[in-house]
Parts: sequence; structure tokens; C-alpha cells
Amino acid sequence: MTSQPPRTDIGAEPIGDRPPDPEFRTDPDLPPTAVPEAESERERKWTLPKILLWGAISLLGGVAWTMLAIVRGETVNAVWFVFAAVCTYLIGYRFYSKVIERYIARPDDRRATPAEVRADGKDYHATDRRVLFGHHFAAIAGAGPLVGPVLAAQMGYLPGTIWIIVGVILAGAVQDYLVLFFSMRRGGRTIGQMARDELGRIGGTAAIIASLLIMLIIIAILALVVVNALGESPWGVFSVSMTIPIALLMGVYLRYLRPGRITEVSLIGFVLLIAAIVAGGWVASTPWGAETFTLDRTTIAWGIIVYGFIAAVLPVWLLLAPRDYLSTFMKIGVIVVLAGAIVLVRPEITVPAISEFAGGELGPVFSGSLFPFLFVTIACGALSGFHALIASGTTPKLLEKERQSRFIGYGGMLMESFVAIMALVAAISLDRGIYFAMNSSAAATGGTIEGAVAFVNSLGLTGVNLTPDMLSSTAEAVGEESIVSRTGGAPTLALGLANIMQQAFGGAAMAGFWYHFAIMFEALFILTAVDAGTRVARFMLQDSIGNVIPKFKDTAWRPGVWITTAIMVAGWGYILILGVTDPLGGINTFFPLFGIANQLLAVIALAVVLAIVAKRGRSYFKWLWIVGLPLGFAAVVTITASMFKIFSPVPQVGYWANHIAFRNALDAGETSFGTAGTVEAMEAVVRNTFVQGTLSIVFVTLAITVLVTSLVTTARAIRNGGGENHEDPPVPSRRFAPAGLVATPAEKALERDWAALPADRRPETVRH
Amino acid sequence: MADATARRPARTTTVRAGAAASAAVEGVRRGCRSVAWYLRDLMGDNAYQAYLEHHRTQHGPEHPPLTEREFWRQRMDEQDRNPGARCC
Repeated sequence: MTSQPPRTDIGAEPIGDRPPDPEFRTDPDLPPTAVPEAESERERKWTLPKILLWGAISLLGGVAWTMLAIVRGETVNAVWFVFAAVCTYLIGYRFYSKVIERYIARPDDRRATPAEVRADGKDYHATDRRVLFGHHFAAIAGAGPLVGPVLAAQMGYLPGTIWIIVGVILAGAVQDYLVLFFSMRRGGRTIGQMARDELGRIGGTAAIIASLLIMLIIIAILALVVVNALGESPWGVFSVSMTIPIALLMGVYLRYLRPGRITEVSLIGFVLLIAAIVAGGWVASTPWGAETFTLDRTTIAWGIIVYGFIAAVLPVWLLLAPRDYLSTFMKIGVIVVLAGAIVLVRPEITVPAISEFAGGELGPVFSGSLFPFLFVTIACGALSGFHALIASGTTPKLLEKERQSRFIGYGGMLMESFVAIMALVAAISLDRGIYFAMNSSAAATGGTIEGAVAFVNSLGLTGVNLTPDMLSSTAEAVGEESIVSRTGGAPTLALGLANIMQQAFGGAAMAGFWYHFAIMFEALFILTAVDAGTRVARFMLQDSIGNVIPKFKDTAWRPGVWITTAIMVAGWGYILILGVTDPLGGINTFFPLFGIANQLLAVIALAVVLAIVAKRGRSYFKWLWIVGLPLGFAAVVTITASMFKIFSPVPQVGYWANHIAFRNALDAGETSFGTAGTVEAMEAVVRNTFVQGTLSIVFVTLAITVLVTSLVTTARAIRNGGGENHEDPPVPSRRFAPAGLVATPAEKALERDWAALPADRRPETVRH
Repeated sequence: MADATARRPARTTTVRAGAAASAAVEGVRRGCRSVAWYLRDLMGDNAYQAYLEHHRTQHGPEHPPLTEREFWRQRMDEQDRNPGARCC
């Protein structure tokens, strides 16, 4: 079998079919740096307990899927979602990711990782795998997996559930794992740099421009989610604004009082954050508080734009780093608490598996048919291209051993998918009438209770009979003025979460607290992404302009920093303002652009991976489908979605169709058209659809360029039986660590051998 | 096993229960220590220690390492020049 590299104890098989490097020798005085092949072979053997365990997991997963997909009772219990997800993840991780490891990645623990070779005690340092898992997870997961599934619930729970769980196994986790692995083999090069190395100048440039633009659109639409969650909500505005002084305080504490006490300051910040949420309820109940902090959406949007600029030019220690610590702290906590509450409360779900809107393209939450729009609405959680930016660059510089990349890359993404499933469960545990009243745009509901009741009841949904009282009492229970047309997903998730949490902890009196707690952490995640994203985008721009005007490359040159920051903030700020003032609703027209952008980035990342794998040599060709499958699917989905957005004659779906309809109406001298009641509103629609339509064209063109260059490169590699190798030369490793979360017996034995070494011969380690 | 315990004098059972309780306390304490270790490593509290260890292995005594305060200052300023992305 050529597909399996022969492994001997010393000579290495560094890449594909190439002859082993004669210089490559591991130190004979040290214990082995990799589990010997014979041991791994023995551990791969099936024993009776193993067969029973995996049989039970498969059975439980099968029963859970049957309950979700086939048994159609009146209700389904949320716990089946947890079982279906966890069992499928376990099977995917245990079996599919190992296939990828064995036939595509082919890691070799005898090779040192960049963290070992280039160890500098800062950027590059070998980090304990369990800690790195947390780091990586905190960097990839944010508000995205919490928002997309909520919107996708419009089509019923089943399509979203299948895509989140199956998508992550075959697509999202594959991308994250392989990008991480190949970036690690290249000293932690970014996806843009890898694109340039592997695909040449055209493909590389297109990939870099696309990532920059996509980053801007993602920041803009995440910011739009925050604006929608905080609009007309004095409680939310107060408590989220308080995160700024809290972060400043933490920054000063860490800089001047107790440097390095990060956990300590995060705990202090967390307590202050809870105090800010509690205080928010009190402030919002006073007349002056309600007056000061009730802000309309446009004001909040400008606030975020100004904030985004200031945060990006201030030194990191003052605002960004402490906010990031707080955000990491909250991320881990929230996920543990949310999973615990869902298992504890086990809500009954009454939402149909497949809803009335799954067959059409005119649902009120987002428009477009199930294929392809469901697959772009849920991006994070199933397949998120943005992760390629994290999985290349930061995380690979911290990996201790090559084989850990499966646990960190594939496992980390499974964890994010699980967050998405929990968000979906929280959203569908709500009454459907309330769900649609919250998520239909103000253009449809008029923003009033009466309007919302009339609109939702006119949708003809089975089992839905919304009353004005339901809306007003729900709003009152969570301490909000109104919950009508609170689009963007965040308020819906917050309400679902408040419902579940108050059943587990605190009762109805705590519903307001839990609602604003959820709003707070979503806002915190998003604002951290906005800060960091603006900085990274500015950095990329400085680098690009620096190629023409070298002065811009100097990151300490303040005017350069200010100019490039201003350009980037203006870019996302413009789209944010368009979204906030959109007469058609905002989220429902802009969110597809977010999903498409994110998935196009995934197409770019997978295209780069495809070319890399093909260049590795002949024995890889028959496994190319592992990359080709998600690449093909994502390419079809995003290109089809883009074509719908560009060419669909249905105005609700096609940006240009809407653009032309409104322009014709204006030309005909009409003063109102559709949901736009004035000439200004009509002009706004014409402008917004122009921007959206143009962005759609630019994105898809860039992605197709990268895709084509990748396919050409891949075809050439297949013809030549491989291609040039851009990996760093192999260096023998001088350390050992287990590959997965739990060490196997063979790994434990090796760990003991290493621990028995005299201290002066042991590698430096961060563990104590 | 349960039978054997039942036939023993009561005092031994108490002693055993005490031993089990102290083992449980020890287990909880170890659990707490692991959580604290994980949290501190995850948040990055140990970065200075890691730097010192790295410094000790790479440089001789003629290069004194940075003080804790200097180290954290440099680390933050480094992030200014080299930002890390955060995803959605």
C-alpha cells in the first residue's frame, strides 16, 4: 500500500513520496519522541470493551437522531439534541478525523513543531495541549455560532441541526484541522501567505484582498447584531457601556498594580460585570436612567464606530487585552452553564421539524430558499472560513507536538458546533409566535405589538396564536420596553436562555437578569471581535500600502496608524450605518452577506489546502476527496447563493432585482414603494441594494479566482505526481507529550520515561 | 465486600468512613488545584515563568532576564505591533 507511509524508528518520511532525509535523526540518548508504531498498531486493535463502548455510543446517537428526524410527536425533548450531537461528534472524532490524520495530514511526532524549533518564550512556545485547546476555542468561538442557528430556526429545527452536526464533521472541522496542520508545517504562516506560496501571485493576491474585505463585512454585521440588541434598551446600553470602564480599570490594574495576575483581575472584572448587569436593571427603572440610556439604533451605531476607532488606536494593554481576558473568561463559563442548564431543565420543543418556510423563499427572518441560504445563514458552528485566519498564524506557533493538531483543530471546531446546537435549542424552546414577532423586521410588524400580532397571525403557522398580552408580558418579565422586531438573533437567544436558566436557577424573578446577562456576553464577544478585527484589518492594510509607501509598514508611525485605522473603520462603519437605517429591515437583507462572505473564505482556505495536499505526492491523490467534498459543497453553496443574490428576479432575494424595482418606482415619480414609505427611504433602498449587490459580485469573483487557480495548481500537481514542498525542513524533536485529551497507556509510559530524565536534559516546559 | 464491612466492629467502620471522607476531601482539593492550574495557564498568568525558564536555558548569567514588570510591559507592547484576530 503506497497510501501508508512506512515508519521506521529513525529515518523519517518527512513528506509524501519523497525519500527520507538522511540528516533526520532523533537523539538516541533521549527516550522516543513519538509512540512507536508497534504500540499504536496494538492500540488500534479492537477489543471487546471498545466494541461495546462504540456500539453503545452509536446506538444512543441513532436513537437520538430517530427521535429528532423520524418520530413526529407533538413535542421533542431538548435532551435528544444533546445526545444526537455528542454521539455524532464522538464518532466523527474517533473515526473520520483519524482517517484524515492517517491519509492526509500524516503527522510525525519525531519532527519538532515550530514551537520547539523557534522557541522564543513569546510567540513560539510549546503549550500544554489542554490549555491550547482552550486558547484556540476562545479565539474561534464568539457570537457567530450563537446567532446563525437562531435565524435558521425559521425553517424548523431539523435542517439546521443536520447541517450543524454533519457539516462540522465533514467540512468545518476538516478545514480547521488541515489549515492548522499545514500552517504548523510552515512555521505558522498565515492563510494569505500560504495562498501566495502555493497558488502564485494572482491566487495569493485575490485571497488576501478577499480576506480583508470579508473581515470588514463580518465586523459590520456583527456590530449590527449588537446595535439591534441594544436599541431602545436602557438596561442593555447601561450594562454594556460599563464594560468599557471595567476594562480600563482592569488594564490599569495589570499595568501598574499587579502585572501578570490575569486570572485575579479577570475575576474582579467578572464580579464588576455582574454588578453592572444588576445595576442596569435599577438604572433603567429610574426616570433619569431610562431617559439617558434609551438610545435609538443610529446613535448606538455611531457610538460603536467612534468606540471602534478609539479602541483600535489605544495601546492594547489599556482596553483590548483586558476585554479579551474578560471575554475568554465569560466564554468558558457561559458554555459550561448553558450546557448544564439544558441538561438540567430538558425543555420540550414544540417547533416543527420542518416549518412552513422551508419550502419557500419568502420567510420573514431571512429570505431565500433552504438551499443554499440555510447553509450560509449557519456559517459559524458548521463551516466558518474565518477560523482559517486563527488556525494559521497564532495557534500553530503554540503546538507542542504534531499529532496534537487533530485534538486542537478538529476537536476545537466540534466544540464550537456544540455551542451552535445549544443556541439552536435555546431559540426553539421559545413559543413560535414570540419567535416570529421578535425576528420579523420592523418593516413587517411596524414595530408595535398590534402590528406584530396581526403580522405573525397572518403568516398562517400551525399552532401559533399570538396575543398582545403574550408579547407585553414577556417583555415585562425580562425588563424590556418591547420585544417586537428585536432582530439579529441575540435578543431571541437571550430570551430563550433566560427561559431555560430561570427554570434552573432563580425562578421568574431572575428572568430579567439572565436576559441581560446573555445580551451582555454576546455584546462582549462581538465588541472584542470588532476591536481585534479592526486592528488586524488595519495591520493588513498597513502592510499592503507599505509595499508602495514603505513608511506605512512602520507600525510605530502614528499618522500611518490613524489613517489606516480610519479607512478600515470607515469601511465597516459605512456598512453598519446602511444596515441600521435599512428600510427593509437590516438583518434580514444583510445577514446572508455575512454568511456568504464567511463561507467564501472557507472556499479560499479549502482551495489552498487542496493544492497543498495534491502537491504532497501520488499517495495522497486518492484521498483528495476528503478536502474536495467540503470544498465542492461550500463552493456550490456560496456561488449559488451569490448568483441568487445577484441575478434572482424576486426582489426579496435578489439585490439587483430590488435595486431596479425601487429605481423604476422612483423614476415613475412614486413616493412610496413596498415597505419604504418616503422618497428618502426608497433612495436608501436603491443605495443599500447597490452596495450589497456590488459586494456580492466582488466577493464571488475573488473566491472563484482563488478556486480556479487552486484547481489549476492541483491538476498540475496530479499530472506531475506532486509539486514543490513549502514545508519547513524537518528538525528532530527533543520532547514528548500525548496527542489527545487523555493520554493512552503507551503515552503514559513514555511520559514516565521522560519524567525520569535528569532535569538538565529535560526540555524546557511550561508545565509545573 | 458489603458483607465484610457489616461484620466488622463499628469502630473500624467509622475509621474507614473517616479515611474515605479524607480521601474525598483530598480528591476535591486536587480537583480545585487542577481547575486553578488550568485557569491560570489558559488566561496566561504563567507567561513570565515560561519566559524565565526559556531564558535560563538559552542565555548565560551575563544576560539578566527582564523583571516581571518589564516583561509584561514588553509583552503588551508586542501585541500592539502584532495583533491577533478573534473570530465571530
